[in-house]
Amino acid sequence: MSLLLKADNIEGGYGKDAVIKGLSLSVNRGDFIGIIGPNGSGKSTLLRLITRILTPSKGRVELDGIDVAGMDPKEFCRKAAFVPQDTLINFSFSALEIVLMGRIPHLKRMQPETRRDFALAEESLGLTDSLYLKDRQIDSLSAGERQRVIIAKALAQEPALLFLDEPTSHLDIGHQVMILDLLKKLNKEQGLSIVIVLHDLNLASEYCDSIMLLDDGRVFTEGTAEEVLTYQNIETVYKTVVVVNKNPVSSKPYVILVTGDRTCQRV
Amino acid sequence: MNSRRLVILAAILFAAILISATRGVADIPLRELFLEANRQILYLRLLRIFLAILVGCGLSVSGVALQAMLKNPLAEPYLIGTSSGAGLGAVIGIMLGVGGACLPASAFAGACASVLLVYAIARQGNKIPVQSLILAGVIVSIALSGITVFAVTMSPDGAMRGLMWWLWGSLEVYDLRLLSIVAILVASGVWTIFVFSQDLNAMSIGEEEAIHLGIKTETVKKILFLVISLVTASLVCVSGVIGFVGLIIPHATRFIVGPNHKVLIPASCILASIFMIVCDLIARTAVPVMEIPIGIITAVIGAPLFIVLLRRKQRVS
Repeated sequence: MSLLLKADNIEGGYGKDAVIKGLSLSVNRGDFIGIIGPNGSGKSTLLRLITRILTPSKGRVELDGIDVAGMDPKEFCRKAAFVPQDTLINFSFSALEIVLMGRIPHLKRMQPETRRDFALAEESLGLTDSLYLKDRQIDSLSAGERQRVIIAKALAQEPALLFLDEPTSHLDIGHQVMILDLLKKLNKEQGLSIVIVLHDLNLASEYCDSIMLLDDGRVFTEGTAEEVLTYQNIETVYKTVVVVNKNPVSSKPYVILVTGDRTCQRV
Repeated sequence: MNSRRLVILAAILFAAILISATRGVADIPLRELFLEANRQILYLRLLRIFLAILVGCGLSVSGVALQAMLKNPLAEPYLIGTSSGAGLGAVIGIMLGVGGACLPASAFAGACASVLLVYAIARQGNKIPVQSLILAGVIVSIALSGITVFAVTMSPDGAMRGLMWWLWGSLEVYDLRLLSIVAILVASGVWTIFVFSQDLNAMSIGEEEAIHLGIKTETVKKILFLVISLVTASLVCVSGVIGFVGLIIPHATRFIVGPNHKVLIPASCILASIFMIVCDLIARTAVPVMEIPIGIITAVIGAPLFIVLLRRKQRVS
């Protein structure tokens, strides 16, 4: 296990208020890390700080042993790619053109794409089962199709590390499972390291090898699904009563909501 | 497929140049065009055609870049304040009685001052958020246009005609030296924007998406806003304010060749040149002996064209 990314005691957020208040994260090659936490706990902000959208006010981030702050932006993007929740595109690029943009970090400004770039773009579309969409216009695709194309764009960057910020929250359960299955496959077969923010605790439990539970900009606890997803942890952080059971198929922890009335009886 | 479309566009441009060179107050048959007797007329018409191409390329490519950076298909190059500033600068110049070479200078100064004002309002720290740039541009434009109209109503009738030239534009070449300086500025500006095609492609999916592809978006924005300001402000000096070209030509071209800037920018140049040459031909010949300000023609032709495009696009999607 070699260290790929290290965020060391970072702090930062928007304006003067720190959303992330001293947090460290290490990603090894081949990791599949889930980040969970309530709204406003800083999940997305953490990814934005690591991927240079925001600049940490304290602490440093290292990728492959190099300080990200002084790194050439294209070099960072050759090693790490990012998939947002949803990408609304106003202009009618074809899906292939969008995926080809994933090659930008590998190309100089006026350098035209080579045959290899086209091959990689099509291969990436193939990996996300969306090669048949390549000539379609991106603004005519459904949310699920679009997200697969956007993931293909990230894969075309040939990253060692993929960040995803709630990539499935706009999708139905069928598409959710399809995308997470795909990420799992890439993680296992290609050794792609994955750091994913998820809202759905059960998806995190099913797919992530380790989970980091955030609360108010700090790590509340981290570890395997069994260690993190206990009803005590969830009730403390989410202030919601839950029952944690076992998924009968995967025997991973399964979080069940306890609704309003019954909460009162229990208390 | 796109290269074939570019060839067809280039052929249409060539035809437009020929037609425009032969038509005017006096029509010259094509085979007599290069006769010694017609040399002076041909020279003047070619100068106008050259200015039409210059204005078309400069405004449309500025529009393309601005729409991509602001991720807003309604953006146009005058949005950042150049037209209203230049208009007011010219009005003030005329009211103060400056003439000749000083008038374009005062229009240019007005354009630069209003661009600086827009930046100053939009800027937050060392960043230029696109939303506040759009708002600042609209607000400054409205305020300056108000002052311009006030100045026009206060000025004597004679000054009005001179003002029309600035507010609605003309492709009449009045100063060769000024034209050559502007031509160099516009050509290098258009080339600079073309060099940033890759950045513009990434930024048209979104600013953060572009950062995730390794684009230094704040640097690109600063460079290209400066380029667009210089291109539009210097064009105003030689042609006055010509609206609609920077808005509809980028849309029309995207409709024909798609949104990839490596193709979109050259194609916009060709289509805008055709559009400007045709509009100027109409401006020169529609009413005998009188020239209609070209901004009126571009608006009258541009608006319906824009509606047609919009409806077709709605039907496609």
